[in-house]
Amino acid sequence: MDYLKRLGNSLLAPLLALGLALAVTSIILVAFGSDVVMVFQQMWGYGSQASSIALILNLATTYYLSAVAVAIGFKMNLFNIGVNGQYLLGGMAAAAVAGHLSLPSYLAIPITIFVAIVVAGAWAGIAGWLKVSRGVSEVISTIMLNFIALGVISYTIIRTHVGEDISVNVRGTRTIPKSGWMPGFKLANSDTEVYGFIFVALLVGIGYWFVLNRTRFGYDLRASGMSPSAALASGVDSKKMIAVTMLISGGIAGLVALPDLLGSSHTYTLNFPTGFGFTGIAIALIGRNNPLGIAFGALLWAFLDVSSQQLDLVGVPQEIVTILQGVTVLAVVIAYEIVRRNKVKAQQRDVGLALANQEVGA
Amino acid sequence: MTETATALALTGIWKRFPGVIANSNVNLSVDAGSVHAIVGENGAGKSTLMKILYGMQKPDEGTITVAGVQTQFNSPSEAINLGIGMVHQHFMLAENFTVLENIILGNEPKRGVSLDLMGARTRLSELATKYSLQVPFDEYVSELGVGDRQRIEILKVLYRGARILILDEPTAVLVPQEVDELFAALRDLTAEGITIIFISHKLDEVLAIADQITVMRAGTTVASVNPKQQTVTASELAELMVGSELPKPDTSENTVTDKVVLRVADLAVVNAGGKHVVDDVSFRIHSGEILGIAGIEGNGQAEIVDALLGIVAATGEIEFLETNIATWTTRKRREHGIAVIPEDRTRQGLLLEAPLWENRMLGHQTELPNARGALLNPAGAKKDTLRIVREFDVRTPNIEVHASALSGGNQQKLIVGREMSGNPKFLIASHPTRGVDVGAQAAIWEHLRTARAAGLAVLLISADLDELIGLSDSIAVLLRGKIVTTVDPQTVTPAVLGSAMTGAGA
Amino acid sequence: MKKRVLPRALLLLSGGLLLLSITRMLSGANDLTSTGTMSAAFGLAVPIGLAGLGGLWSERAGVANIGLEGMMILGTFGAGWAGWQYGAWVGLVTAVIFGALGGLLFGVATVTFGVDQIVAGTAINILGLGLTQFLAKLLFTTAPGGGATQSPLIFGELPTFTVNAIASPLTKIQKQNWFLISDISGLISGLFYQLSILTVLAVALFGFTKWVLWNTAFGLRLRSAGENPWAAESLGVRVNLYKYLAVTISGALAGLAGAYLAIVATGVYRGGQTAGRGFIGLATMIFGNWRPGGTAVGAAIFGYIDTLQLRDDANIRGLVLFGTLLLVVIAVLLLKSGRRNSGLAFMIFGIVMGSAFLSANSFPPEVAQVAPYLTTLIVLATAAQRLRPPSADGIPYRKGETH
Repeated sequence: MDYLKRLGNSLLAPLLALGLALAVTSIILVAFGSDVVMVFQQMWGYGSQASSIALILNLATTYYLSAVAVAIGFKMNLFNIGVNGQYLLGGMAAAAVAGHLSLPSYLAIPITIFVAIVVAGAWAGIAGWLKVSRGVSEVISTIMLNFIALGVISYTIIRTHVGEDISVNVRGTRTIPKSGWMPGFKLANSDTEVYGFIFVALLVGIGYWFVLNRTRFGYDLRASGMSPSAALASGVDSKKMIAVTMLISGGIAGLVALPDLLGSSHTYTLNFPTGFGFTGIAIALIGRNNPLGIAFGALLWAFLDVSSQQLDLVGVPQEIVTILQGVTVLAVVIAYEIVRRNKVKAQQRDVGLALANQEVGA
Repeated sequence: MTETATALALTGIWKRFPGVIANSNVNLSVDAGSVHAIVGENGAGKSTLMKILYGMQKPDEGTITVAGVQTQFNSPSEAINLGIGMVHQHFMLAENFTVLENIILGNEPKRGVSLDLMGARTRLSELATKYSLQVPFDEYVSELGVGDRQRIEILKVLYRGARILILDEPTAVLVPQEVDELFAALRDLTAEGITIIFISHKLDEVLAIADQITVMRAGTTVASVNPKQQTVTASELAELMVGSELPKPDTSENTVTDKVVLRVADLAVVNAGGKHVVDDVSFRIHSGEILGIAGIEGNGQAEIVDALLGIVAATGEIEFLETNIATWTTRKRREHGIAVIPEDRTRQGLLLEAPLWENRMLGHQTELPNARGALLNPAGAKKDTLRIVREFDVRTPNIEVHASALSGGNQQKLIVGREMSGNPKFLIASHPTRGVDVGAQAAIWEHLRTARAAGLAVLLISADLDELIGLSDSIAVLLRGKIVTTVDPQTVTPAVLGSAMTGAGA
Repeated sequence: MKKRVLPRALLLLSGGLLLLSITRMLSGANDLTSTGTMSAAFGLAVPIGLAGLGGLWSERAGVANIGLEGMMILGTFGAGWAGWQYGAWVGLVTAVIFGALGGLLFGVATVTFGVDQIVAGTAINILGLGLTQFLAKLLFTTAPGGGATQSPLIFGELPTFTVNAIASPLTKIQKQNWFLISDISGLISGLFYQLSILTVLAVALFGFTKWVLWNTAFGLRLRSAGENPWAAESLGVRVNLYKYLAVTISGALAGLAGAYLAIVATGVYRGGQTAGRGFIGLATMIFGNWRPGGTAVGAAIFGYIDTLQLRDDANIRGLVLFGTLLLVVIAVLLLKSGRRNSGLAFMIFGIVMGSAFLSANSFPPEVAQVAPYLTTLIVLATAAQRLRPPSADGIPYRKGETH
């Protein structure tokens, strides 16, 4: 009973925020002369088809990994805004290496994953080192590293032999041989495959929950985020924590490119989707850094992105969902702050009541 | 001789908070142009009275008369309009502002739209010269020492027209030479007709500067003496502060062994301002011994604890079970059996937004039953939390609630239970029963005694004399960072203990 | 005391200019200090500097504002949308208003609701991007000359003028390629060549900021909110009001920066045109030690580096040489002051860069592309120790709570 109540409370804020966002979006739609009901009907209709669901799951997989990478940092009050640069760099490096491997799948895929994690982790590690040794805010340094990463990638693909001509006007890393691909599976009667990487994402989610809640390291991490002074008194080495957390966050970020890379594109080109990093931040904020909340957020976001692709056909710019998403994020963070302040008071009241009842019954 | 006017008078002041009476029937009469000291221990009601005086709180009952006129004021701004200005113990200064900027903030003199800095400077120079409170107006506060900062705070209220100054523990942060400078300034102020209310617990200083002294104990004013007219000794004052009856010490058997668990020699901690907040402290604690540290808060106790834990830089020797641990990390010290009940439980002892069973692990997250190897053991921790809740009477409906939901006393009980589990060899207990009700307090004392009998060494820091005398095998008195004397709880008298704690001299 | 920072920044600037001159003579890249380059540099310094100034207003009141990028994006959109329909001036005003609204929203989240400042700033960035992307697609696709991510050309221009009396003779001197004299001439003439009125406004705003924040009661109280809000509250200052005003002004300045990008630099709103300048602006603020003078110098430096992307190959080569010399100079200074580890690190970087310079004939454009961001990182890493941010910057404040 108490657990259900707590679950309800923790869902209340995001649901309220979502409701607010829907209201704002509807107002905008009406202001520009669109039929609100029709729009949502279109989205739902398209989004619930089997082929769309496959697309949604694939996108959600990518979003989920990105959000987990960000969330690990958030749990320690570290803001890794550099997931973009980290996953692109990690993805390119992994694709480049994988393109040259001719090993069986059970070797090729783990190696590819390993390269992505290491490269992206190291990139994040630069920001971690700057923070620990020079006190540079990781917010600005990771953002700068994002832009630098773009330059490094551009140079590597265009001007070195890492990049090859994939097709007319498109340069990318050498195409990964079939042995390096990750197999997917088909849902019902759709043609689109769901990435096999979804299972890796599930593992990452479980791992995230496990490390954070069941290991000493995770405890130290959460304690540092909740109360640095208490963590210090309990023996945590804060500099070490910052460095390691940034490395891990970056490492997971490296995985973000892999669902797409190993499941459909099989080469890293300059057209590789950028922007998953910021989506990850948004979803981590909405999901409050909780593995289930993030999953919910990732699915929601993916649903919105996929189902809105239809909207252009009916004269509504599909970017309406970006407004929806933006307002949701802002509303959620505000709502959570309000809920948090009330929660403490509510809990104290509950404890007082429960104890009074106990004494009456005793 | 002309009759001296009364600058400020309080009659029959009462102030209640939920569950506690902070001030009961407080009477105070302050002559104009005098230094009037209010003395008392921690918890005597001084700070509540002070808040009423400068407008932060309103009394529930009673009257306040300023210069003969009965008034009410509801905020510090209203109080300052009546000429009452507060000089806080913890300075409220902007480090990166100049002295001038700090003083005029909120009351800026203007010339058109711009700040009239020249005019401000002139006005302040006049004030500074008149009251002999010289400060460098154009220096950044961050460059200045404590004595200057205090002068700035005093100028702040004088600039706003205060005629009655309330100083809260003004000498707490000063070295002796700065104290002399302050007293000289106070004498100059009173010569110009300013009235000073001086709140302190340091009787030697109070006797040096005050024209009149009011003693508070347990929320009420117990005595008012005039040291210039009648000789009163510090010991007499100390007895009034502390109460003439001391709690009966525990006369059960002595469990002190020969084995030295903790040996500290020449421990020193220097704060950012260069002051030796811990000044060459040395002591030894044996297995089965409780060493009590008596002293008013703020005399170095917190820093000794931080130094022992390795949180703050310190010089000197720290030997734990004959091993030098001065270079050990905090975690290593805790893993090897040093437990701590911290003074500030919300800042150092708890994760407020985590459930109770996770709080049980705090400080011990690398040991059984909380962890096995690199993994946590929630089942073990939860089971043990239930045990602690039972044994230490923590009032809570379950162990999943956040620590923030518990009352302060129950939080404290949880922490005590946690720290006493796991067979520590040495326990630092800093105000261990603060906020705990009487019944639970007795239970915690019993736990401590049992642990001591089993060989635990304890450093007990407390402001509660019942606790100190009842539990300690020996009591060291800390004043201004130094151990001034060591007494035997079985034989110490209130006068001696009080004098030592307040610096009144033997 | 207070005047410490400006001479230090000027010293850096003069040293930099000297080094630049040496670089030019050695590499033959005479365009490095030409009137055209300098003029463009000042031009690009404006949006970066305005963003930095916006950050300064906010952080001086104790609110860390990383939402400047989002506010700037709102500004570029406002300029494009109103500008193509009603002209450049209306576009300018609209940009400022849009930016200010973004700042206000940020204020609501952080000051009233107490949301973590970095989180709120990130949310504003996301919202700003999303909103403008949507509206651009909706409004510009069917407009003449517009597209899904770009507005039609902004109608009309903001006045630019060249003070020929100064620019002409100095440009002649600059073209002589004499050591140092030509460089200084180039620097000065660049300032008066094709000067946009917005640049003049920006410079005026810098001066205005300095006056308001350090010479008025309003400014004193605003700064007190960022230094010790509890002390200010105890003296009767309405801290939250000042925070609100500060973040709104901050947003307005970011909007103005966006207006410059859209109206003066490109002539249209284009998705992505801010390119992280909001964050670089924050870096200039840090470089300038949270003071207008230092921020302006920082903006000039970053603007200069930003310009080199637009110049040709020889310049990039010159830039690499400059970087090498700079790293070596910093290394020597560090070693002399006893900081061996840092000094050694910089020396190594300098050698690496020097070898790159010597071994390559031309450099890929990506070098210039990443130069501003890399410079930001290096500047932050080296300057971190001697900074003096407002004491209560970034710290959440709730009225009435005891400290």
